[in-house]
Amino acid sequence: MSIREAVMNALYDAIHRAVVYLPPDVKQAIRRAYEEEDNPAARAQLEAILRNIELAEKTGKPLCQDTGLLTLYVELGKRFPLPDGFHEIVAEAARKATREIPLRPNSVHPFTGRNTGDNTGRLVPYIHWEINDGDELKITVVPKGGGAEAVSMLRLPPPGKGVENVVETVIDAVLEAGAKPCAPLIIGVGVGGGADIAMILAKKAAALRRIGERSPDPSIAGLEEKLLEAVNSLGIGVMGLGGSHMVLDVHIEYAHRHPANYPVAVAFQCWAARRATAIVSSSGEYRVYQ
Amino acid sequence: MTVHHLSTPLSEEDVRGLRAGDIVYLSGIIVTARDAAHRRMIEYIERGEPLPIDLRGLAIYHCGPVVRRKNSEWEIVAAGPTTSARMELYEATIIEKLGVRMIIGKGGMGARTAEACRRHGAVYTVFTGGAAVLAAEAVEKVERVEWLDLGVPEALWVLRVRDFGPLLVAIDSHGRNLIEETLLRARERREAALSIARKAIEG
Repeated sequence: MSIREAVMNALYDAIHRAVVYLPPDVKQAIRRAYEEEDNPAARAQLEAILRNIELAEKTGKPLCQDTGLLTLYVELGKRFPLPDGFHEIVAEAARKATREIPLRPNSVHPFTGRNTGDNTGRLVPYIHWEINDGDELKITVVPKGGGAEAVSMLRLPPPGKGVENVVETVIDAVLEAGAKPCAPLIIGVGVGGGADIAMILAKKAAALRRIGERSPDPSIAGLEEKLLEAVNSLGIGVMGLGGSHMVLDVHIEYAHRHPANYPVAVAFQCWAARRATAIVSSSGEYRVYQ
Repeated sequence: MTVHHLSTPLSEEDVRGLRAGDIVYLSGIIVTARDAAHRRMIEYIERGEPLPIDLRGLAIYHCGPVVRRKNSEWEIVAAGPTTSARMELYEATIIEKLGVRMIIGKGGMGARTAEACRRHGAVYTVFTGGAAVLAAEAVEKVERVEWLDLGVPEALWVLRVRDFGPLLVAIDSHGRNLIEETLLRARERREAALSIARKAIEG
């Protein structure tokens, strides 16, 4: 198999896996929420979610109709022989996935309203690049839905209040989001950098980090745990029907900030936290995992 | 929490018999509509032009499905609800002018929709967000599709369903709005929640 073919197949398989199967950490966290929840309306919703996950696995259908705006997080080893026309390979995989899995066509021109029909378009699928010293290509596919995306929040409060800014922004973002995103959710918080960096950190924290994985910094890890307890104490619950399991986890990532700015970004990941990673070796073998 | 099995066309009496918190399993015809379809419905209403389907007594489903074409038949692959709040702009007018009896979505709707439900005899129900395969299982047949020029997610998909549910009545026709009530309580708990989180920074 040529490297080009391997990359194409790896990408297609990763998209396919991501939209049909939930990662094990997410499934387990939803099951735990179901077992612990006392509110009958919320329990009924969690039960429907669990049945839906099983049905998707059994039928091979996408577990949610919103198969997202395709986003790729790529880690490129500098010794990996990246084939020419990588962006075209990505577009081809997106078109094939749209046709064959199938995916919902979700790429719309913001000014004309025209849907391209194949999940490609200007800067779509979007690719985040990181380069390392290795010899592999690692691609994580995140088909993140639009409902949870719509309640993302970015604030740049005066830095004087310090970490209090993080606490207030997260609680207010959750109150503002209300029942709109499909809970149980994973909340990603990006602190510092500029406006752009804070939001990228927040989205990575929400969509890439595994549930239960804490920040390596103990004081930030403590804040993650207290924020989780705090947001669930609001009692919004699953789908706004009450109960204590609106949020499965809170993940915080940070960057150093400018003295005049304290950017805080909040990204929401719905329970259908779809991600799959493909690793392509420089000899053209690949594997996909979640 | 009473469980009801209802069929379209829904009468005003059917709908007035539902209370917030009840569960409905719906059979008959539901029609998907999202932002663009709602906008176009309003244009039709303003021009006094009839819609390609008479929605009287039917249910509107806030949903943009994944579909597949098999020979000449459409198949609904996945069809969970989309966020209803975006349709708040239009829904009261649509309930009033088109005689829709049930709105199905997720995430809740606002005061204008709730007032239209109360005045004209309609309900807003929620289906589990993201449970798209479960929803698709209830679809027996795609009767037809209209306004496909708006794109697959935005078109009006006319679906024959059987026991579609559980649909939880979130806004009834007697003035209750369950999700609004939950959010009101949550806003009252803001200070208490802030104090919990501050414990992490006070050490």
